[in-house]
Amino acid sequence: MAEEQNNDTKADGVTRRDFLKNSGLVVGGVVGGGLLGGLITNTFMDDGQSVSPTANNSDEPQDAEQLTKARMFFKRAEDFRVLSAAVERIFPEDDIGPGAISLAIPYFIDKQLAGEYGFNSREYMEGPFFEGAPTQGPQTGMRRREVFLYGVSKLQEIAQSEHDESFFDLEGEAQDEILGAFEQGEVDMTGVTSDAFFAMLRSSTLEGAYSDPVYGGNLNMDGWRMKQYPGGQMAFFDVIESEEFVEMEPVSLHAHHT
Amino acid sequence: MATELPRKQVAVVGVGWSGGIIASELAKAGIECIGLERGSERKINDFIMQKDELRYAVRYELMQDLSKETLSFRNDRDMRALPMRQMGSFLLGTDLGGAGIHWNGQCPRFFPYDFEIRSQTIDRYGEDRIPEDMNLQDWGISYDEIEEHFSHFDDTIGTSGEDNEMTAERSSDFPTPPMKKTPSIRLFHEAAENLGLHPYMSASANLSEAYTNPDGKTINQCMYCSFCERFGCDYQAKSDPLITVIPTAVETGNFEIRTHANVRSVSYDGERTDGVYFVDTRTGEEFFQPADLVILTTYVMNNTRLLLQSGIGEPFDPDTNTGVIGKNYCYQIMASAQGFFDQQFNLYAGAGALGGQVDDYNADNFDHSDLDFLHGGTIQLTQTGIRPISTNPVPPGTPNWGSEFKQASAHHFYRTLSLGSQGASLPYRYNYLDLDPTYTDALGDPLLRMTYNFTEQDRNLAAHQTARLEEIMQEMGANEVASNPDIGDYNIMPYQTTHNTGGVIMGAEPETSAVNNYLQMWDCENLFVVGASAFPHNSGYNPTPTVGALSYRAAEGILQYLDNPGPLV
Repeated sequence: MAEEQNNDTKADGVTRRDFLKNSGLVVGGVVGGGLLGGLITNTFMDDGQSVSPTANNSDEPQDAEQLTKARMFFKRAEDFRVLSAAVERIFPEDDIGPGAISLAIPYFIDKQLAGEYGFNSREYMEGPFFEGAPTQGPQTGMRRREVFLYGVSKLQEIAQSEHDESFFDLEGEAQDEILGAFEQGEVDMTGVTSDAFFAMLRSSTLEGAYSDPVYGGNLNMDGWRMKQYPGGQMAFFDVIESEEFVEMEPVSLHAHHT
Repeated sequence: MATELPRKQVAVVGVGWSGGIIASELAKAGIECIGLERGSERKINDFIMQKDELRYAVRYELMQDLSKETLSFRNDRDMRALPMRQMGSFLLGTDLGGAGIHWNGQCPRFFPYDFEIRSQTIDRYGEDRIPEDMNLQDWGISYDEIEEHFSHFDDTIGTSGEDNEMTAERSSDFPTPPMKKTPSIRLFHEAAENLGLHPYMSASANLSEAYTNPDGKTINQCMYCSFCERFGCDYQAKSDPLITVIPTAVETGNFEIRTHANVRSVSYDGERTDGVYFVDTRTGEEFFQPADLVILTTYVMNNTRLLLQSGIGEPFDPDTNTGVIGKNYCYQIMASAQGFFDQQFNLYAGAGALGGQVDDYNADNFDHSDLDFLHGGTIQLTQTGIRPISTNPVPPGTPNWGSEFKQASAHHFYRTLSLGSQGASLPYRYNYLDLDPTYTDALGDPLLRMTYNFTEQDRNLAAHQTARLEEIMQEMGANEVASNPDIGDYNIMPYQTTHNTGGVIMGAEPETSAVNNYLQMWDCENLFVVGASAFPHNSGYNPTPTVGALSYRAAEGILQYLDNPGPLV
């Protein structure tokens, strides 16, 4: 794992050496205030896991899985940190297995939002829009990418107004309280209700935990292992009648497609 | 201006189970047909190694693109109908093979009672047992008359199963024996027997052994890999149109398939049709396909919509309870009970139609004299194979997220069994289909509008079935049983079932039905409208074999018509 290789990583996730190295990328240009300011405010510390460019310095071969841990959708690292903290509360690391961050669920959600899911591409998005009855299903004209950005910034806004701290710096209990208010639909939002946003956050978290690792979550199939799910096995002809529970090492699409 | 194409004897609109069956029968008889399929081509190797829950089961890879076309929905006429923006309650198929690709493969036959439900209800309980606004109708054909077509469908798909005293009588044996019995199904069977019920193995189109049908098409043995519903089969072990009727039709040289051909209307001069207008979805170019006969097999929704849009048949009017197009839209009344056990079952394994079943509380197999509903529903314990995104069972009272949820859902994943009842859906005057006044599809045509809610009959039926499910689950030895007898209002979002029926119903008289018992339009003799749209009500069962039987019946009628044109009834 990257963090184990990063002996040189400081608490803020970025070393002086990295800064210099990365500055090199813009040699001849200007190292903008955004980058400099970002370093000071931990821009690179995406998810509290110290994912750092120092991995590049290692003599060890590159871990391909780590290369997919980068943002395709969320532009602001702060938003991504809020998302990461929120989904970790929904699916926390505990005695029985890894949590959302270890399973790379925030990156899974980020990738999903960058594509079809985020654009609601195969859904009817024509107007006119009216608030419907609960039996009529979602009626918002907002696309999921907008809803997530809005919802995440709302989580942060409430954390700051109620606790004077970032959402990701709060204790778990305080985070849960805020998430619970969203779940109950108690948070005022425009164009989408807070419970609808929470439902999306929850369902995308479970998708990230248990979808095939090809999508960037369920890292190393550890979500499946926790649930004893064998993945996409070719056949269960031999176990279908068995009285005994048969556990097996999971198989992913990678094994079938390569 | 639409470009006119060379004339065909028969134009089949939509190529799924119904279109494929009709094309295969006509093409074998030497009739030249064209199949107009609005979706893309599909091949069986599209389904190889596609064991991907997110893509297929959650994001609906095989389903209709709602950005192009959906329907609008309201519970009753006082509500504003709004578009179904996302797929939920039912999953509309698309592309070659249609919904016949992503089905589970459950193969029950409707009961003799279903075909004569009005007469039999009156005979047994008196006419006043039928509520005033329930348009309960006989189908205009008896089970005995249609039985040969059920057998034909079973022979084509190789149905695996076993006889049972509660199900419709068969003139021939099941082509293949029942599927393997799992420990959970054994438990269900024992409990059902203890309660005096009559359990059997569900009839299945996931085949227990390899089978070659009379057309020479082979369906393979099921591997119980669990990727059935919402997926195409990896092994060609689930009968579907792509491995049976479609190649049978194409190999005759008489059946041409044109994909990306989205039919928008059927020509009509007040008596007859002369063909269909379609748009090539790739270019937007408009075409007219002339044909001596037109067969609509575009699922319940589009069969109804195309007739309304083409001005064929009198639209149903709930105010006067007259007219026929859009009438008797029905669905399925689902009930369920979850049981939590200590034992872990190998529930990751399974097949779409692998299950134990009882019909003691279906149709009129039990006395309704003192009950507040008619008909009933089948009861099943299926082992379709659970998947981890969609299956997270937790006992009542467990939080919905956080560590407690995570641990409970992992613990109970293989320790939870579900019983389900698929209840009959009887017609109600104010449940109907028409055209939406506001919303349109990508071509600017009005969406179909569904007005539908559960009725007293439905709620009472669901409560009754739920109580039966609870009894069986208790008898199975569950530590805790969770269920909800109150089905509330129909909600278009949570998945229930893709068993939509009605809209272009069959019957004995043109005043109360749209098609006769050959599925020939009363108002347009060279137009046949085929599918579950013809069901005057929905039984307490999966619909596909009845759709298959009606398709063979229609094919027989079409061949008769070609020999001797005119009304067949």
